[in-house]
Amino acid sequence: MAVKDYLRERFFPHIWCAGCGHGIVLNSLIRAVEKLGMSKNEIVMVSGIGCSSRISGYVDFHTLHTIHGRALAFATGVKMSKPELNVIVPMGDGDALAIGGNHFIHAARRNIDITAIVMNNRIYGMTGGQYSPLSGYGTLATTAPYKNIDQSFDTVQLATAAGATFVARTTTYHVQQLTDLIRRAILHEGFSVLEVMTQCPTYFGRKNKLGGAVEMMKYMQKATTPIGSKAKQKNPELIERGVFVEKEQPEYCSEYEKIIQRAMASGS
Amino acid sequence: MAKPKLKEHRINREWCKGCGICVAFCPKNVLELDEKDKAVAVRPEDCIACRLCELRCPDLAIEIIVEDEHGIENKIRSGQ
Ligand SMILES: Cc1ncc(C[n+]2csc(CCOP(=O)(O)OP(=O)(O)O)c2C)c(N)n1
Ligand code: SF4
Ligand code: SF4
Ligand code: SF4
Ligand SMILES: [Mg+2]
Repeated sequence: MAVKDYLRERFFPHIWCAGCGHGIVLNSLIRAVEKLGMSKNEIVMVSGIGCSSRISGYVDFHTLHTIHGRALAFATGVKMSKPELNVIVPMGDGDALAIGGNHFIHAARRNIDITAIVMNNRIYGMTGGQYSPLSGYGTLATTAPYKNIDQSFDTVQLATAAGATFVARTTTYHVQQLTDLIRRAILHEGFSVLEVMTQCPTYFGRKNKLGGAVEMMKYMQKATTPIGSKAKQKNPELIERGVFVEKEQPEYCSEYEKIIQRAMASGS
Repeated sequence: MAKPKLKEHRINREWCKGCGICVAFCPKNVLELDEKDKAVAVRPEDCIACRLCELRCPDLAIEIIVEDEHGIENKIRSGQ
């Protein structure tokens, strides 16, 4: 199917600012789904609230646009009732790891077969540039005019420690890797977390004087390196891209099905 | 497989927001923004149909159309 067949064209041009990385995630996501050859009816996209969460309005899958931080709770309900469907949850860094942090770690711990795409622009874009748990020490935000003193989470380490069975990271500059990792995250059976470093030129970029979308993407190109590269050994500051975790473990809905079978067998 | 040959850059001027991402990262310097801040292919003869502009456009506003060996219009699918 052509790219446009996966879109709700009536809502375009979309609402995101010029150069917003969220559009690149949408672009790559559609290409990943196209490569997988999935039908639109096999996919449910569930999102919370934020600029990132608006992605669910633009794709012609089954979609739910729910409440801030709670997308994974809704997604868990959908997946438990219809385990044959592929459930994808695009999330903002605030949505996933501030207000939604608890849902995030527990979905990971259960290893429910959901694909979480954390669109990390290091800021609350939708509400005007407040700092998020991923802004990082020393950055500027509307709510940190004298610099942020909060340390940030490392999404990959957090997801890994919480039990996610597929954990990966890339950026909106690396679009071929982005498409490939979304495809692999969807294919993986269990809770998959893909962190996408992305640009919010309007708030994070402007507040921190990082230039426009192009400069921010050049920065992500320079600041990252493939996992285990020589460059990383020389410069430990570099952020690694690639697949950090990919393992098999009992999946939540399959385990729940076994409970049903056990209960049916014993009940009389 | 033969290299894809460019037929046209299909740029949706209604959707393009003039962010300049396609212009900045085109390896062959094919694209520019016009006076209305819309992307245009000013040197189409240099295009290698790598589709990086199409893949990186946040507004899904640019499509690379290539000709297949029979000269029939064919939009390349994603992937190499
Ligand atoms: C329960 C609740 N609390 C707060 C808000 C206000 N709010 C809307 S979006 C948002 C944060 C958006 O940041 P992020 O999740 O990083 O998404 P982005 O806009 O950056 O893509 C907040 C705090 C809300 N809508 N609901
Ligand atoms: S405010 Fe930031 S995150 Fe929101 S659409 Fe604009 S650039 Fe994107
Ligand atoms: S990347 Fe897309 S939106 Fe940005 S200038 Fe090019 S065609 Fe326009
Ligand atoms: S297909 Fe490649 S070479 Fe051609 S305009 Fe796009 S980025 Fe440039
Ligand atoms: Mg954000």
